[in-house]
Amino acid sequence: MTSDGAAPRTRSMLRWTVTNAAVDVLGLRAGRRRTTAWVAGLMLGLLTTLVAGVGIGAFPVPAGTVAQVVAHHLMSWPAERTWTAPVDAIVWQVRLPRVLLGALVGAGLAVCGVALQAMVRNMLADPYLLGVNSGASSGAAAAILFGMGAGFLEHALQVTAFLGALAASLLVFLVARTAGRVTSVRLLLAGVAVGYALYALTSFLIFASGSAEGARSVMFWLLGSLGLAQWNLPLAVVAVVVVGTVVLLTVWARRLDALAIGDETAHTLGVRPERFRLALLVAVALCVGVVVSASGSIGFVGLVVPHLARRAVGGRHVRVVVVAALMGAILLVWADIVARTLFAPQEIPIGIITSLVGAPFLLVLVRRLHATSA
Amino acid sequence: MITAQQLSWRYGRTQVLEAVSLAAPHGRVLGLIGPNGSGKTTLLRLLYGALASPTGTVTVDGAPLQTLPAQEAARRLAVVVQEAGGESTMTVAETVLLGRSPHLSTFQRTGPRDHAVAARALARVGATHLASRPYAGLSGGERQRVLIARALTQESTHLLLDEPTNHLDIRYQHEVLGLVADLAHNLATTTVVVLHDLNLAARYCDDLVLLGDGGIAASGTVDHVLVPEVLEPVYGIGIERLQTGGQLHLLFHPFTRQEATPWITA
Repeated sequence: MTSDGAAPRTRSMLRWTVTNAAVDVLGLRAGRRRTTAWVAGLMLGLLTTLVAGVGIGAFPVPAGTVAQVVAHHLMSWPAERTWTAPVDAIVWQVRLPRVLLGALVGAGLAVCGVALQAMVRNMLADPYLLGVNSGASSGAAAAILFGMGAGFLEHALQVTAFLGALAASLLVFLVARTAGRVTSVRLLLAGVAVGYALYALTSFLIFASGSAEGARSVMFWLLGSLGLAQWNLPLAVVAVVVVGTVVLLTVWARRLDALAIGDETAHTLGVRPERFRLALLVAVALCVGVVVSASGSIGFVGLVVPHLARRAVGGRHVRVVVVAALMGAILLVWADIVARTLFAPQEIPIGIITSLVGAPFLLVLVRRLHATSA
Repeated sequence: MITAQQLSWRYGRTQVLEAVSLAAPHGRVLGLIGPNGSGKTTLLRLLYGALASPTGTVTVDGAPLQTLPAQEAARRLAVVVQEAGGESTMTVAETVLLGRSPHLSTFQRTGPRDHAVAARALARVGATHLASRPYAGLSGGERQRVLIARALTQESTHLLLDEPTNHLDIRYQHEVLGLVADLAHNLATTTVVVLHDLNLAARYCDDLVLLGDGGIAASGTVDHVLVPEVLEPVYGIGIERLQTGGQLHLLFHPFTRQEATPWITA
């Protein structure tokens, strides 16, 4: 669709010439080509990653078998099983939900990072800026150590973590909001303050429980794990929320472009910055809350991936969001593969892997920042 | 046509503007002048709705600005603000194309006409060669021209500019203001421009509003406002007016210390 709508056909030839002249003058074509190449490459990469994620492990499954098992379950084709029941269980029951959860979590964290970095115009902003992860941690600690949320049966951990996340972001909103406005600086400060307060709460819960085993489980959860993945309600919720957020941010892309430049600019381009920021905050808090309660707080993905995406396809958010989602998904699935194979059969928390990869990247970023400002 | 009635604004306890009214008609360039802190930028922000005055109203072609939907307001008013946006990773062309957003619905992409309008705007400010450069890598003057191109891309009937000649060297100061005056006179664009430089105001504005002491110290045609008796008390500097070749010029002479700060010797 273009803004011209239905133009008379007689003029279309002339218009075509004008168009291409304008596109060339504006140098837009290179950007388009670059984006197409990146998206196509990343789609292929994601597909390969998903297959690899399901295939690689203590018990390796060849890619062909992975494809057959998945096709069998999805489309009942091939109808005949040529693989054993354990292979079927490993592929379909254990690894596929885990790999899908990883991809969704990675995509969700990445696009939320994009949204927040645009919103506060600070490239060190990450999805945990809103205190969401510290809130989720407190909730998870309460569930693990004191059996809170037992009414939610097998989903007690996820539900209490999500409630904690929601409470934390609400608190951050309330602190950051004065006279109906939420500004970037207040948001950053409120996020830090609430984060520390809840970190103290989590530590106190661990201390008060006096259980070494419980403390260990909380610690493990805090560092992130996809080990809880199953074909169940939480996975479905994560899928719906993450896909919904990606779509929403793509639809809001032009507004994000304007907001990333500045409040005043956004206003003059027809975007009410306060209202839009509030809508963004709600969407991001919900997405990060759901993601964190399903996987623990996995660091650095939401901080690093937006930078990679912008380097790849430039600053337009319609491109950045899509590319960041794909990159985040790929990165997290590979991080999980490393986390569960490096010291197999012992599994290390995935947050350790993402931090090990992310921290050096951040250092490079800091050095470059220094170089350009000096 | 923009009309403002009884606008006021205060930052904390400081009353910056009180009961300010003005009218900016089609086809004329209205300059807002005044010393630092006199509220020029504040008044401009009230005029495009970034600030909402607790008193009075602003109307754009008869419609109260407060009641206009955000996008409709942006279709009527294009603004060149003083906001660097230096963190942006967009190219110049992408930045300029953002000026089309008020004309596009949520799911609409930019089309051929949008690209043509943006290309023409870039050409008008002499920045075509910058199109595929990253916006953040531009010099201050180049950025200013790109921002003006973005405002032109909005194709609004009203153009508001906050110190558009900042960072520009002399040639571009004149080119940019010449362009602005040209648009006002030929396309009947309503133009309001905040200016520091009184000689630029003399050359390119039709009407002036002089701000001082929380309100309008003087308003009217350039010839009427730019007179030493009006300017001297507001700016606190000696001013001499010359008329050469039909063009008005102002010369400035700092008062001696005693003239400027008589209370020191008192």
